Amino acid sequence: MHIQVVIIGAGVTGLGLARDLALRGVSCIVVEQGDFNSGASGRNHGLLHSGSRYVSSDTEVAAECLEEADLLKKLAPQCVEETGGLFVAVEGDDETFIADFPLLCDKAGIPARALDIKDAREMEPCLSDRIIAAYEVPDATVDPFKLALQNFHQAHQNGTKLLRYHKVVGFKRNGGRLKSAHLVNTETGGAVFVEADQFVSAAGAWCGEIARMAGADMDMVYSKGSLAVTHSRLSERVINRLRKPADGDILVPGGTVSIFGTTSLRMDVPSDVRPTVREVDHLVSEGAAMIPEMETIRYIRAYAGIRPLIKSGDDGGDRSVSRGFILVDHADDGLDNFLTISGGKLTTYRLMAERTADRVCERLGVCRPCRTREEPLPTDPAWEWTEPGLAPREWIKHPDHEDPLLCECEMIPASVFDSVIGSIRAQGGSPSLKAVSLRTRMGKGACQGSFCGARVTGYLCDRGDIAGRDAHAELKRFLQERWKGERPTLWGGQLVQSELKEAIYCGLLGMET
Amino acid sequence: MPTGVKEIGCELAIIGAGIAGLSAALFAAHRGIETVLVGETGEILFASGLMDLLAVHPLEEGKTWDDPWAALTALRRDIPEHPFARTPTADVAAAFDALLAFLKNQGLPYRRRPDRNVEVPVAMGAVKRTYCTPETVWNGVRALEEKQPCLIVDFDQLRGFSARQIASTLEPRWPGLRTARLPFPGGTFSQQYAEQLAMALEAPRNRASLACDIRACLGTARSVGLPAVLGLYRTEMIFEDLQKRIGVPLFEIPILPPSVAGLRLQDAFHRGLAAKGVRLLPHHRVRGIRYEHNGHFILDITALDGEHTLNADAVALASGRFLGGGLRGDRNGVRETLLDLPVYQPKERAAWHRQDFLDPRGHPVNAAGLIIDDQFRPLGHDGQPVHERLFAAGSVLAHQNWMRSKCGVGLSVATAYAAVNAYQPIDGTRGEPGR
Ligand SMILES: Cc1cc2nc3c(=O)[nH]c(=O)nc-3n(C[C@H](O)[C@H](O)[C@H](O)COP(=O)(O)OP(=O)(O)OC[C@H]3O[C@@H](n4cnc5c(N)ncnc54)[C@H](O)[C@@H]3O)c2cc1C
Ligand SMILES: Cc1cc2nc3c(=O)[nH]c(=O)nc-3n(C[C@H](O)[C@H](O)[C@H](O)COP(=O)(O)OP(=O)(O)OC[C@H]3O[C@@H](n4cnc5c(N)ncnc54)[C@H](O)[C@@H]3O)c2cc1C
Repeated sequence: MHIQVVIIGAGVTGLGLARDLALRGVSCIVVEQGDFNSGASGRNHGLLHSGSRYVSSDTEVAAECLEEADLLKKLAPQCVEETGGLFVAVEGDDETFIADFPLLCDKAGIPARALDIKDAREMEPCLSDRIIAAYEVPDATVDPFKLALQNFHQAHQNGTKLLRYHKVVGFKRNGGRLKSAHLVNTETGGAVFVEADQFVSAAGAWCGEIARMAGADMDMVYSKGSLAVTHSRLSERVINRLRKPADGDILVPGGTVSIFGTTSLRMDVPSDVRPTVREVDHLVSEGAAMIPEMETIRYIRAYAGIRPLIKSGDDGGDRSVSRGFILVDHADDGLDNFLTISGGKLTTYRLMAERTADRVCERLGVCRPCRTREEPLPTDPAWEWTEPGLAPREWIKHPDHEDPLLCECEMIPASVFDSVIGSIRAQGGSPSLKAVSLRTRMGKGACQGSFCGARVTGYLCDRGDIAGRDAHAELKRFLQERWKGERPTLWGGQLVQSELKEAIYCGLLGMET
Repeated sequence: MPTGVKEIGCELAIIGAGIAGLSAALFAAHRGIETVLVGETGEILFASGLMDLLAVHPLEEGKTWDDPWAALTALRRDIPEHPFARTPTADVAAAFDALLAFLKNQGLPYRRRPDRNVEVPVAMGAVKRTYCTPETVWNGVRALEEKQPCLIVDFDQLRGFSARQIASTLEPRWPGLRTARLPFPGGTFSQQYAEQLAMALEAPRNRASLACDIRACLGTARSVGLPAVLGLYRTEMIFEDLQKRIGVPLFEIPILPPSVAGLRLQDAFHRGLAAKGVRLLPHHRVRGIRYEHNGHFILDITALDGEHTLNADAVALASGRFLGGGLRGDRNGVRETLLDLPVYQPKERAAWHRQDFLDPRGHPVNAAGLIIDDQFRPLGHDGQPVHERLFAAGSVLAHQNWMRSKCGVGLSVATAYAAVNAYQPIDGTRGEPGR
């Protein structure tokens, strides 16, 4: 089969682009070095920005966010929780910034309603009594996993393929054009060459690397952001600190938990990012000013992602680098069939995909218009299980005691795993422990895989999905992945949990050898 | 005294009902010490039922030992601060002898080779090196050694236990294992929980039906491995009965927590200690400890039915680590929860844990705990015992890593023995020496 477009990167941008192109009848393949959402799309805050956060720094981005967030609420409501949001200032915060905020929102067309302090604290009882100003804005939250999966599901139904665990390591050129992408299967080491008419790099923070492989130029800035996840949900709404963007100023509800972030640390390379003890301590003390309970609540894990930021001339620190996206046409580098789409936000992924698809279609001579601006994102039931709280809701509605709960924290019965495994196979994937955990809430609750890790591994072995000789290695990888996030939050209750986990896997099973 | 407060007195108050506290109570009873044991049922519920003594040392080299006593000698030489360095071999041996004799009398016999560690097949197809196993597990040690043709059985809904996984994971070292999945006999209860399965097997009808199913798929198997659910309170009888009905040796394979092995131990201890005159306060929690002018202790205790106080001549802390509740990790340090005793620990939280969860060396925080003298008395900031008759035993002690060294039960039992023996009655009349 002739492939028209190779998309590099299965984050929300790459998968959004795959859907957009598939709906225009363009044949694509997405190539990804890991599984889907292994970059920033799987390690972000899940805030569907109303744009208010950017009114002071970038009105264009603010307007983009506002428009795209409205579209997503309409067209992909299954991925969005319309929580609403607050901006609050505490004693000592910059008065001028506070005074300017409503004016700037108004200018950007963002409805920001001033609240009485008393009302704000009634709406969100977790707020400190040292709040001095509060506004209500139309922030919401989005499940980036479900969003990515549902986007790809529709693309797949329209013929798009996804090659997971294939890393782009170079290109073959033919004069001013790329002929094929050189991939390496990261599991077997085997080489694959994929030819196509057009190549799009949607590799997020790795776009600089990919561009260099093609002989083009792109300067990226790697800004690491860490977030901490609480054991229970602290607020109904998104709560932003009403001050110039800084560390530890946004609390985002995520189903049954809250996620607090972020930090901002310049990195030299975009890989192997881990949250640290110091970052989590910093977040906790920043957060406590706005929400005192953040000092005492239990945290279950932390995680870190790399923001794909495009370097601009003046360096005013990573928080001032634009959150806008750029679409780079590498014709300037002497390449006629290579585009890079990077930067931007999760919130604006659809728009990024639309702009990129427009350009690709123009080049291919395809004149069908974009359909994602009007057409709802269909829901496939197999790809819903990343939604926090869905499995427990279903279980309470239809409890079936012959369907054992393999994961108790998130109440996921065996039948859900059956359905996810079946769907992974239908897309040509292999249902490893990692693949299954990425597509469900398994391991994301308080026990962080202590019990479900072993149980689901056993279940997969039992079904014949993974071989006995690989089972321990897969389980160890899964536990290590959890550990990276747990490590900085191990005090109080979560330290107790991790000791139990260690007692099981080392004390009892002796799996450390 | 406020109304509703009950007052109890005793010679020795043991805080903690894990394996350290329970065995301390046993040793104290043997010495004729008037003992009260206060402690919520702890992680014993999660234990495998296996009793490790010492199998890995030094952790940096991951060296495993067949002879646990030789391992102990090496460990005492290399880590002089280790609690085992304060427990002579003869005492460790005596402690084990006493414990195993006691459990046997309670109908929970254990088996070991006195001078050898053994390898046991456990859940997930892992193989665990340990020292003694419940009698019901022992045939698995033999079967594995001899690579017997063997049938592994699992049940429809018991989570985390897959015969097929065990067989295929063990394949390289134990080829030819066959598996069978059986419906669990006895009706409609929720079969996800080991405890419920174990209870069901108390009924002879269910045993007959299970034995019949197993016989049907026995083939050439010379032994049969089953998840460790063969009875809860009358395991010895149930195991024998099943073995007779099936006609070949059986063995239990330790499963993931929550397991019944812990419940069996707990039951055996509670019955046996009560019979020896130990007063058990199992659903009680010590809130605080005060010292009286005359050198006695007053323990403030919370129970379901209200507040109590307990007067004691001596106290043994067997309160465990983070999971047990004896230690607590705050963002800026590890603390002992009852008396805020000094805790040996890494300098800062960033150094508590290594980057790899399964690092064979363990995590620095594993070694955190109470520093003691040769009498097993916790030391204060001045390096002196905090109190003449305040003792500590079990996993709350510093400078050990039971999870990596494979010495969980062994360390708890040995240090409990030593701590109880260090206690000298105030007037010099009460209590016979233990050895
Ligand atoms: C800490 C943090 C918090 C954030 N919070 C928010 C928020 O609340 N709201 C919001 O709207 N946005 C947020 N963002 C931004 C948002 O997450 C990103 O803008 C968005 O996810 C980028 O998606 P992407 O698909 O472009 O890139 P990515 O998701 O990074 O995808 C790139 C993909 O390319 C793959 N890849 C890289 N190199 C290769 C190669 N050589 N071969 C094959 N594949 C390769 C990677 O594995 C990766 O899967 C946040 C970002 C961070 C880091
Ligand atoms: C999952 C798991 C598997 C294991 N597997 C093995 C194995 O295979 N082999 C092996 O040898 N060992 C194993 N062990 C270890 C062993 O069972 C013991 O946990 C360990 O030796 C520590 O025992 P301990 O009595 O010192 O502490 P714990 O068992 O933690 O007991 C502490 C007790 O103190 C009580 N307590 C604490 N504070 C108070 C207070 N203020 N008031 C009242 N009571 C209090 C707690 O409630 C608890 O009962 C395992 C443990 C676990 C958790």
